[in-house]
Amino acid sequence: MSEEHEAFRAMVRDYVEREINPRIPQWEEAEMMPLHEIFSDMARLGMLGLEYETEFGGQGADHMFTVILAEEFGRCDHGSLPMALGVQVDMATPSLAQFGTAEQKERYLAPALRGEMVASIAVSEPDHGSDVAGIRTKAVRDGDEWVINGSKMWITNSVQADWLCLLVRTSDEGGYQGMSQIIVPTSSPGFSVSKKLDKLGMRASDTALLSFDDCRVPVGNTIGEIGKGFQQQMAQFVVERLWAAYTAVGAGERALERTAEYLRERKVFGEPLLAKQYIQFSLAELSADLDLLREYCRSIAGRHDAGEDTTRQATIAKLKAGRLLRQIADVCLQYHGGIGYVEETWTARFLRDNRIISIGGGADEVMLQVLARMDGFTA
Amino acid sequence: MKVAVCVKQIPDPAVPGELDPSTNTLNRDDKLILDESDSFGVELALQLVEAAGGGSVTLVSMAPRSEVSGLRTALAMGADDAVLVSDDALAGTDALGTAKVLGAALGRVEPDLILAGVESSDGYTGTVPEQIAGVMGIASVTFAKKIEASDGMLSIQRQTDDGYDEVTCPMPALVSVTGGVVEPRYPSFKGIMAAKKKPVDQVGIADLGIDASAVGFAGSRQETVAVVDAEAREAGEIVIDEGEGFQRIADFLAELKVI
Ligand SMILES: Cc1cc2nc3c(=O)[nH]c(=O)nc-3n(C[C@H](O)[C@H](O)[C@H](O)COP(=O)(O)OP(=O)(O)OC[C@H]3O[C@@H](n4cnc5c(N)ncnc54)[C@H](O)[C@@H]3O)c2cc1C
Ligand SMILES: Cc1cc2nc3c(=O)[nH]c(=O)nc-3n(C[C@H](O)[C@H](O)[C@H](O)COP(=O)(O)OP(=O)(O)OC[C@H]3O[C@@H](n4cnc5c(N)ncnc54)[C@H](O)[C@@H]3O)c2cc1C
Repeated sequence: MSEEHEAFRAMVRDYVEREINPRIPQWEEAEMMPLHEIFSDMARLGMLGLEYETEFGGQGADHMFTVILAEEFGRCDHGSLPMALGVQVDMATPSLAQFGTAEQKERYLAPALRGEMVASIAVSEPDHGSDVAGIRTKAVRDGDEWVINGSKMWITNSVQADWLCLLVRTSDEGGYQGMSQIIVPTSSPGFSVSKKLDKLGMRASDTALLSFDDCRVPVGNTIGEIGKGFQQQMAQFVVERLWAAYTAVGAGERALERTAEYLRERKVFGEPLLAKQYIQFSLAELSADLDLLREYCRSIAGRHDAGEDTTRQATIAKLKAGRLLRQIADVCLQYHGGIGYVEETWTARFLRDNRIISIGGGADEVMLQVLARMDGFTA
Repeated sequence: MKVAVCVKQIPDPAVPGELDPSTNTLNRDDKLILDESDSFGVELALQLVEAAGGGSVTLVSMAPRSEVSGLRTALAMGADDAVLVSDDALAGTDALGTAKVLGAALGRVEPDLILAGVESSDGYTGTVPEQIAGVMGIASVTFAKKIEASDGMLSIQRQTDDGYDEVTCPMPALVSVTGGVVEPRYPSFKGIMAAKKKPVDQVGIADLGIDASAVGFAGSRQETVAVVDAEAREAGEIVIDEGEGFQRIADFLAELKVI
């Protein structure tokens, strides 16, 4: 890691501690985050679109800066903002940056990187989450416009989003064929937010069910090639998984630090809990597992910059991150005892928020399915 | 407008410091960082240059082992360049010696205005800025909370116990800035990347025409003769609140004559 990487990490850590953490209780209470305001401020410091072209407001940074940004936001006091930020920079925008036209990037990417527009990625549907090839929301061409009908479920940032990167069927071929990615401004006629969802965790993040009722957008809003949407989305999923894994590293790291701090003070049977060998060993083992994940993730950065396909690494990292954070959240809460089970202690929210990693962005079992196929464990 | 800012690079206050038992001075073997006390001066300097519609901000620092980490932080915030004085002969230099060295370095920069912190976070004698002004023979204003510059004159709000004084003085001058009076900006990604390409002029005492006998342990008129542990604080009194805790607090404060 270079001096610049370290300086960037120091800046982001300071920023999270002083500008983000103090506002989190308020956002959790409101079950909403003012993303336009938060992202605009972050954009001033170059935190959005680190790896994107400078021509459209990106920073032209290497991938390690993204690793650092995600690790450091992972350390913040809840999971909602790291997730919302991930959607903005690494889930809803990569396809547009890679396959979009200059005009599309000027109109949608640049404002997103300035924090003026909030973006969502809309893939999952009420009846099709894991089975992306089964989605049914459909766009039919009418002259220069797509006419979209259907619904999307679980869409992060969508109550306040300005546009969605929508995956839809644009032909009747079925399966992996005939899908397209379309930019849908949320001001489009026929679009509506049907319902904001009341979730177990990530409560400050707005997740919603969206409806498309003869929703019209220009055909010119199609990202990349018509009919290649599924393939483009699969590439976009790779960076999405990486973001999830990187933030998990920061989140796990801070959770173990905070737990050790508490256990050093908390006396049971006349000595600090951290004096118990059983507790020392279980924390040391989690810390070791976290270190494996951290180093594994960082090893991906170089390959990513070299343009190698990191699908396999991203899938492994996301799977292991989800499983490890569930364990860390559980152990940290357990050793806090009763105080770990109340809202005022960080452990409660930590357990709820991080439970999503094993479900969102493809469930653990979906990661295993991808891996089983890649590694030849199929019959 | 040309502003110079004295920035001290200090051991990370988050890491417990250690004294060298043979010299009673602070161990400075690890990486040094920008003293937060000086980030306010850097921010004010950047604002003054922006308000003047042009100019430059030059950092001046004296530090061991050619340390530049703290300077890079301030350069990433937006300062233009830096002068770093580093020399083995400087080990053990006291506050007056530091002022002589910084004064000589500042003389080469020829700034309209010099900013410094009121006191550093590690040494905190709070004497270096005034001694620099003395060495350089320029006006010195302390405890500034607001600075405006126009037509070769400075108008300064100087913090006092009951408010502030309004002070005007001609440039060049040296002004020490009270901690916390401005919100130092975060270095941006672009700032961080640009910082490594900004010039840092590294000089030794010979370059400044300073004789080794005038600085370092040899030249120091100040000596730390002994270091003793601070008296351990007595355990406080624990009061269990059984409904009239507020009364106990009020009585306690009344006893101290604070209410
Ligand atoms: C807070 C939150 C935010 C989200 N944000 C977004 C978003 O911004 N955009 C978006 O498009 N989607 C989003 N999602 C949706 C998320 O990606 C899906 O929930 C996820 O892919 C699982 O799909 P599903 O809920 O339909 O579960 P299902 O597909 O019904 O699967 C249920 C469970 O079945 C198991 N399973 C699945 N496949 C297999 C298999 N092959 N073998 C064995 N077991 C299997 C898994 O345990 C899985 O959890 C979000 C979800 C949540 C909860
Ligand atoms: C006998 C003795 C030996 C010492 N040996 C060493 C040693 O070996 N190595 C060492 O590093 N220190 C040493 N010191 C400490 C060092 O001399 C003081 O820290 C230094 O004189 C600054 O004093 P201060 O920190 O109290 O500054 P203050 O007067 O509290 O600082 C006020 C402001 O002056 C400016 N300033 C102060 N120091 C510097 C600096 N170095 N560069 C740029 N701006 C500055 C800053 O703007 C700062 O905010 C020694 C001190 C003594 C008495």
